[in-house]
Amino acid sequence: MTIVKMPQLGESVTEGTIIQWFKQPGDAVKLDEPLCEIETEKVTAELPSEFEGTMGRILVPQGETVEVGVPLCEIEVAGAAATAPAAALPAAPATAAPARWSGGPMAIPPEEPPVVLPVAATAAVTSAAPVAAAPKSPRTNPEDRSRYYSPAVMRLATERGIDLSQVTGSGIGGRITRKDVEAFIPATPAAAPMAPAAAVGAAASGTGAAYQVVALSPTRKTIAEHLTRSNVEAPQAWTMVECDVTGLVARRTREKERFEQQEGFSLTLLPYFTAAVCETLRDYPMLNARWEGGELRHYTALNVAIAVATETGLVTPVVRDAGDLSVFGLAKRFDDLTRRAHARKLRIEDIDGGTFTVNNTGSFGSIASKPIVNVPQVAIVTMERAVKRPVVMANDAIAVRSMMNVCLSFDHRALDGFEAGGFLAALKRRLEAIE
Amino acid sequence: MALMTVIEAVRSTLDEALAEDDRVFILGEDVEAGGVFRATEGLKARYGERIIDSPLSESSIIGVSIGAAHYGLRPIAEIQFADFIHAGFDQLCSEASRWSYRTRGDAWLPMVVRTPWGGGVHGGQHHSQSIEAFYSHMPGIKVVAPAFPADYRSLLKAAIADPNPVLFLEHKRTYRLIRQEMDGAPAETRIGRARITRRGNDLTIFAYGLMLHESLVAAETLSGEGIEATVVDLLTLNPIDHETILEAAKATGKVLIVHEDVLTGGLGGEIAAIIAEHAFEYLDAPIRRVAGPDIPAMPFHHAMEDFFMPNRDKIATAARELAAY
Repeated sequence: MTIVKMPQLGESVTEGTIIQWFKQPGDAVKLDEPLCEIETEKVTAELPSEFEGTMGRILVPQGETVEVGVPLCEIEVAGAAATAPAAALPAAPATAAPARWSGGPMAIPPEEPPVVLPVAATAAVTSAAPVAAAPKSPRTNPEDRSRYYSPAVMRLATERGIDLSQVTGSGIGGRITRKDVEAFIPATPAAAPMAPAAAVGAAASGTGAAYQVVALSPTRKTIAEHLTRSNVEAPQAWTMVECDVTGLVARRTREKERFEQQEGFSLTLLPYFTAAVCETLRDYPMLNARWEGGELRHYTALNVAIAVATETGLVTPVVRDAGDLSVFGLAKRFDDLTRRAHARKLRIEDIDGGTFTVNNTGSFGSIASKPIVNVPQVAIVTMERAVKRPVVMANDAIAVRSMMNVCLSFDHRALDGFEAGGFLAALKRRLEAIE
Repeated sequence: MALMTVIEAVRSTLDEALAEDDRVFILGEDVEAGGVFRATEGLKARYGERIIDSPLSESSIIGVSIGAAHYGLRPIAEIQFADFIHAGFDQLCSEASRWSYRTRGDAWLPMVVRTPWGGGVHGGQHHSQSIEAFYSHMPGIKVVAPAFPADYRSLLKAAIADPNPVLFLEHKRTYRLIRQEMDGAPAETRIGRARITRRGNDLTIFAYGLMLHESLVAAETLSGEGIEATVVDLLTLNPIDHETILEAAKATGKVLIVHEDVLTGGLGGEIAAIIAEHAFEYLDAPIRRVAGPDIPAMPFHHAMEDFFMPNRDKIATAARELAAY
């Protein structure tokens, strides 16, 4: 009799609830057949049988919640009834095998069959030896790697809450590759109504339809999901300062021509602005942070994301260690990332791991905007358009100055107006000090 | 400046270093006559007693360099073939590497040991070996092995300027094989930095020296089959660039390391360990190595040499398997 235990369905999951038993004592159980349905705080999943045989006693009734590792039921394993020869094996597979599907870090299937069999026991277990006995069973075929999960696959699946049994593998032996997981979009109920959108452009309701259903690209879906999450999870506050950037504008005009000759692309205000942001972040590390996994994490590296509007949607590629770069260094990185964003050639590592976001809304002509925090980051700043205005100077004279608004949205869970306001004031001082 | 070969890159950099700094001098076997690969050709006429023929004694070439560097000169030693450098192993590993460490930084050894290494020239047992792993094991010696002429120039310049002993490895097969347009060549390379030479999403290949070129050719072949490889030129073998190695390994999760040095104890093992230790959760396939077989020396016979040396075909085969994994 073999015991089936509560598996760990995802990292940091400690318990699960039995929603439903599919098998009752005495039922025949095939390999991989679902025994029951389990719900955890992260996922709901069916528990496939590791074994072929007959269902024994149910140890945890429907509706009950138990910790990971608690015995759930018994299975009389087929072919293992004659226990005497099996006991002679150094490591009989039935007793050695832990719950195989777990989604946790140990989900690699146990080796089968055992490599070395004592001569006396060989005859007794040949029927259980899968190679010759059941070549058609996908699980027992030694070439089948559909259940072999690489570390990269395990990490991605855990991070994104993907049930790997839903993913089709394209690697050797049906192995699920990292790319398979990256490309996988779960068939959530929310996505289901969008399925008809395959008929793109089709008029929605007969004659003279008032609207068209537009197919959602994966990018659009990601943006929707991400921003909804931001608005739901993060209570966001907004604030704005007005900066006199006359000096900054003059500086850029001065340096622009030589730069463009050397580099072949234009020099905007954005790299100057970002350099000032980086310097200011060093004094306000609480804005260079991520609220993640229930923790508030302040980062030392300044990985600054920039918002890039492309035809296929908004992306926020990341400049790593932006604080180590000069204004011209930043300009080059921005140019590279922007080009690749438009060419849809950004890689995962180009968009992962940002700690703060800069949004150049001024490029649209905007003079004030309210950005949404790029969660799990905790703050986002905008650079609005610099416009000439009559300004009352310190000596009460009126002068024509280049003025720019800088707007900041921040996650109020992570910091308060005190720090956010301090950051903006310091940023304003820096921008105004540029000559 | 137009196209430049590896040997021209080395020679012109030596010439410039000698012209710029009176402390620089060259010491080695037959260097006065230009050396067997013509790296020092023409320098004797211009720099006279600063180009010095040595006896056939590698330990004294390196030992004299240590003394000269200690007394403020900037020796550039040439070991005629890397295969012979082990006669100076003790001088390099027991003395040169520890100089500043022993003196708590009071004394430094700004010396360079240049030497042609590697196979593919039918040089047989004593003119084909890869020696980089022995010396990369030794903290205190920097080991540099460029692939492209522009990097030969900037790294040799950096090696001469470096206050530490630098072992500068020149792949002899590439001396006249590899040319590069020097106008618009990549910016200066620093010792200790690797470079991502090519970007692709399917797998990452790490290589240096001749194998970097073979890997790039293999990558182009693979590209025609729909497999896109990232190729990393390691450039400096000690200290090795963890950051770039990890960045490139994480980008694809599939890693192929190529060197012509033998498999066991080769640098591939160290690179694999760095990745396994720090990027385990990004790996999507077992790390693969394509390296020379564990045979005492590169054989002479061309068929046997082909058997020994990794090449574009062997690299492409391993890469295909890895991409399909």
